[in-house]
Amino acid sequence: MNGGTSHSPFDLPVVFNVGPVPVTRPVVVTWGIMAVLMIGSRLLTRRLRVRPGRVQTAVELLVTTIESQIGDVIPDVGGSYVWLLGTMFIFLVFANVSGLVPGLQAPTAYLETPAALAAIVFLSVHVAGVSRRGLLGYLREFARPSIFLLPLNLLSEVTRTFSLMIRLFGNVMSGEFIIAIVLGLAGLLVPLPLMGLELLTGLIQAYIFTTLAAVFIAAALGATSPRSETGKEQTT
Amino acid sequence: MTIEQISIIGAVVAVSFGAIGPALAEGRAVAAAMEAMARQPESAPSLSRTLFVGLAMIETMAIYCLVVALLILFANPFVHAH
Repeated sequence: MNGGTSHSPFDLPVVFNVGPVPVTRPVVVTWGIMAVLMIGSRLLTRRLRVRPGRVQTAVELLVTTIESQIGDVIPDVGGSYVWLLGTMFIFLVFANVSGLVPGLQAPTAYLETPAALAAIVFLSVHVAGVSRRGLLGYLREFARPSIFLLPLNLLSEVTRTFSLMIRLFGNVMSGEFIIAIVLGLAGLLVPLPLMGLELLTGLIQAYIFTTLAAVFIAAALGATSPRSETGKEQTT
Repeated sequence: MTIEQISIIGAVVAVSFGAIGPALAEGRAVAAAMEAMARQPESAPSLSRTLFVGLAMIETMAIYCLVVALLILFANPFVHAH
């Protein structure tokens, strides 16, 4: 949020160099968020008791809410993806909101962080599908309901990952961009309602990214295709 | 007109016309969800979850236009970087 309406959202500001490798600002903020999350969760879970105190109750409420939300989308085996999707959600909340801290810029406002997260989702969807159904069984799903839809199914795998990336990037970046423009035009304290809106947008986008990742994983697991189950029932 | 001026007009057209479709679609989606929630308040949690995901899907269209406009303005392949 360092003003400047001529600042391109596609530029990567380099903070310092480690040998030949330039370290950019989103990388620094990402590692900072990772450190905060790791140290914070270590501190919060240090002394767990059967009769929880106030803090532990709040943490347990958060974890069980995330678990039940993921379990709603991925039936039966939702628990085995909580570590991936829950971590992603908490990281995204911190990453999207970190742009509101003075001096910081949200790492998701640069194209590279959403691209990395979307790549993680893309890979984990296929790993989940192959590990549940085997390689051949998973590949056969792409030729469903007819072999002529194979190119479209393959294309949709790429485009939905791409849109996952662009959605997160576009929402977070446009929010910060508008705040920077209004700050440059109108001055101090005027963009405060926009910052409130940006807080809401950041939370919703984190939720949507995680929910869509869960929906994709559930589709790869076959949880949302009743077609295969009815087919099995008919043959037996 | 220089290529910069054409780019600015192109960005304005992309955002303004790209916002029309998603705006109408989001209005319809929210109206339908409101009606369903008013009829069956007990189904509100699952409805609102689906609504948010659907709205995000629709909004992606507008975001695409915004990204295209920003590409035109800031990463235009026909304008050589100075």
